[in-house]
Amino acid sequence: MIELQNISKRFLSNVVLDGVSLAVQDGETVALLGPSGVGKSVTLKMINGLLKPDSGDVIVDGLHVPKLKRHELALLRSRIGYVFQYGALFDSDTVAENIRLGITDEDQHRDVAYCAERVKECLRLVNLAPDVADKYPAELSGGMKKRVGIARAIAGKPKYLLYDEPTSGLDPVNADVIDGLIERLRDELAVTSVVVSHDVRGSFRVADRVALLWQAKIRAVGTAEEILASRDSAVQQFLERDLEMSLIQAEGNQERHGA
Amino acid sequence: MAAVTGALDLVRYFGRWGRRPAQHVLGNAGRFTYLLIDLARGLTEWRVYLPRMFTQATHIGYGSLFIVLLVAGFAGAVTSLQTGYQFTGALPLYYAGAVISESMILELGPVLTALILAGRIGARYAAELGTMRVTEQIDALESLGRSPITHLLLPRIIAGILVIPALTMFANATGILVGYLTAKGSLGLTYADFEYGARYFFRPLDLWYSLIKSYCFAGAVTLIPCYIGYNTQQGAEGVGRATTTAVVSASVTILLLDALTTKLLLGVK
Ligand SMILES: Nc1ncnc2c1ncn2[C@@H]1O[C@H](COP(=O)(O)OP(=O)(O)OP(=O)(O)O)[C@@H](O)[C@H]1O
Ligand SMILES: [Mg+2]
Repeated sequence: MIELQNISKRFLSNVVLDGVSLAVQDGETVALLGPSGVGKSVTLKMINGLLKPDSGDVIVDGLHVPKLKRHELALLRSRIGYVFQYGALFDSDTVAENIRLGITDEDQHRDVAYCAERVKECLRLVNLAPDVADKYPAELSGGMKKRVGIARAIAGKPKYLLYDEPTSGLDPVNADVIDGLIERLRDELAVTSVVVSHDVRGSFRVADRVALLWQAKIRAVGTAEEILASRDSAVQQFLERDLEMSLIQAEGNQERHGA
Repeated sequence: MAAVTGALDLVRYFGRWGRRPAQHVLGNAGRFTYLLIDLARGLTEWRVYLPRMFTQATHIGYGSLFIVLLVAGFAGAVTSLQTGYQFTGALPLYYAGAVISESMILELGPVLTALILAGRIGARYAAELGTMRVTEQIDALESLGRSPITHLLLPRIIAGILVIPALTMFANATGILVGYLTAKGSLGLTYADFEYGARYFFRPLDLWYSLIKSYCFAGAVTLIPCYIGYNTQQGAEGVGRATTTAVVSASVTILLLDALTTKLLLGVK
């Protein structure tokens, strides 16, 4: 279980989070929505201890993350996969080595045959060809980097997964593959996940519940139906803006189709 | 009124410059000490850093060899020419052998090599680690439960501490050789004279001294850029700033250490 209890965070005078609370049950997938710059990535980084809250507590797997000693935190992190918004691939290592570093169990990490097998499997799961394994991150497209980042995060078979915009920058087909992967990990392996997203539709598909982060607070939490039916002005504003965006995109697609 | 605001401005001015650098220096000293402790703690995890250390060592070793030897060769040649210019007639020629070999081993070899490598290895370390910091690669490593200390810092630092003294020894040899050849060409110094002079003043301690010096410099060339790169902030501009700061700080530290080791080890009063 992941629990954020009344956390606050500011950078100098910029108050990013102000009393945010959120609980994610075991086996549940929660989508965290919100406009750009609202603090979604910051929230996600609190969960695996990359950032510390100024006040409040973060509890993951029964452990108080901000108070953990370094080796305890490292141990906890090996059970949490983190997909970075911009991939954050190790650019002096090949794709295969990147994914292999994601295998967090030390015995498995040293087992060359197991690693080769696991790398291949993870590449397949994110819909990448096996020959990508020998390339360097600089040789990949943005969408491919993103998917390698996801492959690296799932390589260690984590119990928790934190996705920072896993489908942004992907074409619809691959966005679909990734959404399918998130669903499958939840259904088959009971992974507990938080999916940060801009994309309302995609997150409604993968998430059991959706939370809207708005002006430093969680404005609304609920199932897709509850969110859609909400009369809260911020929620409606956010949904409307998203609807407009997807209409514009649909028009663009049609134009391209017609041409 | 104007005087009061003027005084207030002055107070603010000096307050700012008085407190901030002090805090800055203390903060950095504290964090640097913590880093050293972390590095020492990480030493037990040789399984992680040794393989990476060898890769780094070959990279920086081969990559720096040419420029180091080039600079050492020129230093040897110039020392030789200047010795000739200053000595001719006044002192026996074999003195030139002593001057060339001793100034190479005691000062020019270690210091020039270290300064060159501060620009080559130091800048490289700071830029690499800075880029990894701002592109979240260091965060990514930590998010996998892996330690940046053992995966990134120790391999680089140990590689430098192994490679830099070795390069210094090559530099010493090259400098002396080129110095001798130049002296032979310009002063007509024979090999026998050169060897006689070199041996006459040479103490085995001198080579040790050269080696100890280069280990100290290796520490400066690796630790400072790694520390600065690892703590980079604010994007591409931050990486640029970290790189320049790293090279400048490492170079100044080398010069300070040079003075210090000369005083301590040679017992110059
Ligand atoms: N390390 C940092 N130092 C200073 N300010 C930061 C830092 N990280 C984030 N911020 C600030 O925190 C706020 C939230 O950033 P965050 O990256 O969480 O936004 P986000 O919701 O993920 O946006 P996006 O959807 O665009 O990724 C921003 O105003 C940003 O400037
Ligand atoms: Mg973000």
